[in-house]
Amino acid sequence: MAVELKSWRELPIGGVIPGGATPELNKTGSWRSKRPIWNSEKCIHCLQCWLHCPDDSIIIRDQKVTGIDYDHCKGCGVCAAVCPVEAIEMVPERGGAA
Amino acid sequence: MKKVMTGHKAVAEAMRQVEPDVVAVYPITPQSEIAEYYAQYVADGIVRTELVPVESEHSAMSACVGAAAAGARVITATASQGLALMVEILYIAASMRLPIVMALANRALSGPINIHCGHSDAYLARDSGAVQIFAESAQEAYDYMLMAQRIAEHGDVRLPVIVNLDGFTLTHSSQVVETLPDEEAKKFVGDYEPLYPLLDVDNPSVWGPFAMPDYYFELKRAQQAGMEAVPEVFLSVQDEYSRLSGRPYKGFFEAYKLDDAERAIVVMGSTAGTAKVAVDELRSKGEKVGLLKVWLWRPFPRAEVADALSGAKAVAIMDRALSFGNMGALYLDITSAFAGREGPAFVNYIYGLGGRDVPVEHIVQVFEDLRDAKAGELRYLGLRE
Repeated sequence: MAVELKSWRELPIGGVIPGGATPELNKTGSWRSKRPIWNSEKCIHCLQCWLHCPDDSIIIRDQKVTGIDYDHCKGCGVCAAVCPVEAIEMVPERGGAA
Repeated sequence: MKKVMTGHKAVAEAMRQVEPDVVAVYPITPQSEIAEYYAQYVADGIVRTELVPVESEHSAMSACVGAAAAGARVITATASQGLALMVEILYIAASMRLPIVMALANRALSGPINIHCGHSDAYLARDSGAVQIFAESAQEAYDYMLMAQRIAEHGDVRLPVIVNLDGFTLTHSSQVVETLPDEEAKKFVGDYEPLYPLLDVDNPSVWGPFAMPDYYFELKRAQQAGMEAVPEVFLSVQDEYSRLSGRPYKGFFEAYKLDDAERAIVVMGSTAGTAKVAVDELRSKGEKVGLLKVWLWRPFPRAEVADALSGAKAVAIMDRALSFGNMGALYLDITSAFAGREGPAFVNYIYGLGGRDVPVEHIVQVFEDLRDAKAGELRYLGLRE
């Protein structure tokens, strides 16, 4: 992925990022070495993974898990560790943020 | 109005007139009275400043950073170990381009522990990204505290500014200081317009973001641009202040009887006063000696200092701190400014460490020794061999 990097002259003073909410704009999951695989058939939607995820990367809709945000998931494995029914499995990452 | 006051009081008076939104400070000799005076102003309702009595200088500078990012005008003061504790956060304040003004009551760093004057604290913050100004007198400390506000907050600068005043020599001794009327001082300093204030919740911003190898370098270069903007701003603020106060501040340093001087010394802080007496003594005997007193140390006015010294045959550069394993920092600043051009024979004197007194005779002796200066020599003034 080619990213256009800015020159020092184009940067806002002090590195301030006007507007905020930058995590949503940046894909920060690129350095994940293990990928959580969610099994929708085993999942009981207890939301323990959603509660524990430090990167807000468990996607839920109507109080049910619908998937994992691989753009931001760092692969820490907390979700898999807290899952009471082993519905999340950590597998080696093969590259790529998404 | 002319009054007799200590350097502490002179700084506190400037602070009272600026009346910053936040003062976060922790007591340390020889700075404490600045904080005490200001705390009294707050307690008496003379100023509306939020005084944050923090539990350490690390917290003091952290509170300053937080308040400044929130959009507040912020002043603090410290000395020696206090600055050492602040330094981690001072670098961050500079990188975030926060215009925090600080009075630094120069005191030698431990160890051995010592409470008296030295410039090792200022030297510790040399590469922090803070602008550094040295005052010779309580009057200059007062004047530069007001000017510092304008320099720090200028849109092209936006950097912390440290006003150095020698511990005890200036902080605790009483001198005649002429202050501006409150309204004039306030008008000179003006209202503060914060940039991206965090308290502006309708316009959120992210401060102090992580920067990886792809952006750290560019951000540091952009920070250097703030420093590069200082000289022009410094001169214009000086000019405006001189017209207002009637006290002539013109240039990055004071050249005292330097124009035709064959032998000169360069010094920062209160020792310049002693050096002027020595220069006058020797001048009265017909000796061509002069003094260059540095006001603006960071950014260092390399070209201007080199031009001012280029006519001398021998120059003693006096550092009030050791740079272990090398020559003094001011010596290196000046000699490097002569790279590629002919210059005088430079000698480095380390002097006054830990409050060691520097009487006029010592400065006279330095001028005497400059008659056969051995270029590049490192000497120790007033040390028992």
